[in-house]
Amino acid sequence: MLAKRIIPCLDVAGGRVVKGVNFENLRDAGDPVELAKLYGDAGADELTFLDISASVEDRSTTLDMVARTADQVFIPLTVGGGIREVKDVDQLLRAGADKVSINTAAINKPRLINEISDRFGNQVLVLSVDARRAKTPSGFEVTTHGGRKSAGIDALTWVEEGISRGVGEILLNSMDADGTGSGYDIELIAAVRAISSVPVIASGGAGALGDFARALDAGADALLAASVFHFGTFTIAQVKSELASHGYSIRL
Amino acid sequence: MIAILDYGSGNLRSAQRAFELTGHEVRITSDPTIALAADGLVVPGVGAFGACMKQLEDIDGARIIAERVQSQKSLLGICVGMQILFTSGTEKGSHPGVGILEGEISELHAPVLPHIGWNTVKAPQNSKLFSGIEEESFYFVHSYGAQKTNRDALVTTTEYGADFIAAVEYGHVSATQFHPEKSGKAGASLIANWVKTL
Repeated sequence: MLAKRIIPCLDVAGGRVVKGVNFENLRDAGDPVELAKLYGDAGADELTFLDISASVEDRSTTLDMVARTADQVFIPLTVGGGIREVKDVDQLLRAGADKVSINTAAINKPRLINEISDRFGNQVLVLSVDARRAKTPSGFEVTTHGGRKSAGIDALTWVEEGISRGVGEILLNSMDADGTGSGYDIELIAAVRAISSVPVIASGGAGALGDFARALDAGADALLAASVFHFGTFTIAQVKSELASHGYSIRL
Repeated sequence: MIAILDYGSGNLRSAQRAFELTGHEVRITSDPTIALAADGLVVPGVGAFGACMKQLEDIDGARIIAERVQSQKSLLGICVGMQILFTSGTEKGSHPGVGILEGEISELHAPVLPHIGWNTVKAPQNSKLFSGIEEESFYFVHSYGAQKTNRDALVTTTEYGADFIAAVEYGHVSATQFHPEKSGKAGASLIANWVKTL
């Protein structure tokens, strides 16, 4: 059976993990390689680095960080943030990333999806969609700038366009649920699952142990979470054990 | 020495590190002399079948593979590096493969593709690759696969929508549809199992 995936997400900038990570037995909470190893040992099925570097100088350290991680952590690694052209993807894949996720650059230039997919295959490309409730045909719209601005596109229309242009996965971030800890956005997941022919990774809102199974019930193929893992609210093992008790296939 | 065939396809860095964990020297190469002399040759591959075959031809890779098979020297194909060992593939048009293994690579029969994530396997009892790790999961990321191959090959299957071939052991030719170099401890064990056969 294909297991439902649990994916911790680390925000990085200048080659360091930003936003607090609160673990015991961690010598350097800002070292992405050490954290990646820790999560790999703890049962993470994949890892995601989101590069939020503001400057070009900081961003240049990302490749080195990816390479050092890939040298030591033998589970799949996705890198998102700051990818604007095919060359950026090529560099990340060469450094050892397995997948890349694109967001704003694809909204600004949808053709970029085709370019990346044609060159490297759709399996390397994740479309990250920051969605929130709005008066659009589906009831959800795409946002930019961390949910502050509307991109003026219906979220489901964008997912369909992304898939037809060649993305291999959808990373679905609920801007309504993100940071609330009140659970994944079940309605958003179900709406996207209904029209998506590629795997859907749900993100945003995880706060209680029961939230994970509810997101899978709504149709998510994988679950991404950050703060609940970083702050030690739950371990990955606890989440997986909870999912197994709901009858979901997980990797032990 | 283990050689990883560099024909411009795949994440070779991860593969190199993963195979180095066995304690063997690992060289990334497109030099036929090194690729033919190696104790084991790893053939990686990502992207579309036809594109991979074209890149393989650019370094005369099909001949390297055929010569190794003829001289009974081990090789391990990974992901599209497994697929191109088959007779043909139907991704983005029909393309001939290297033809070391019989069968066609076609789209998987599943509603959600690509097949991405950790899946279990059904390995035959006499499998060397899966010895001691029969119950483990491995990391897959692909939309195409093989349904059948040579009758006398040892075939390990995985189910996603329908059964497909997850791994083949056929004489000195081994191949996995999944990525052992990305499959954590289970993948490291499979790599070690393969290296033991060299």
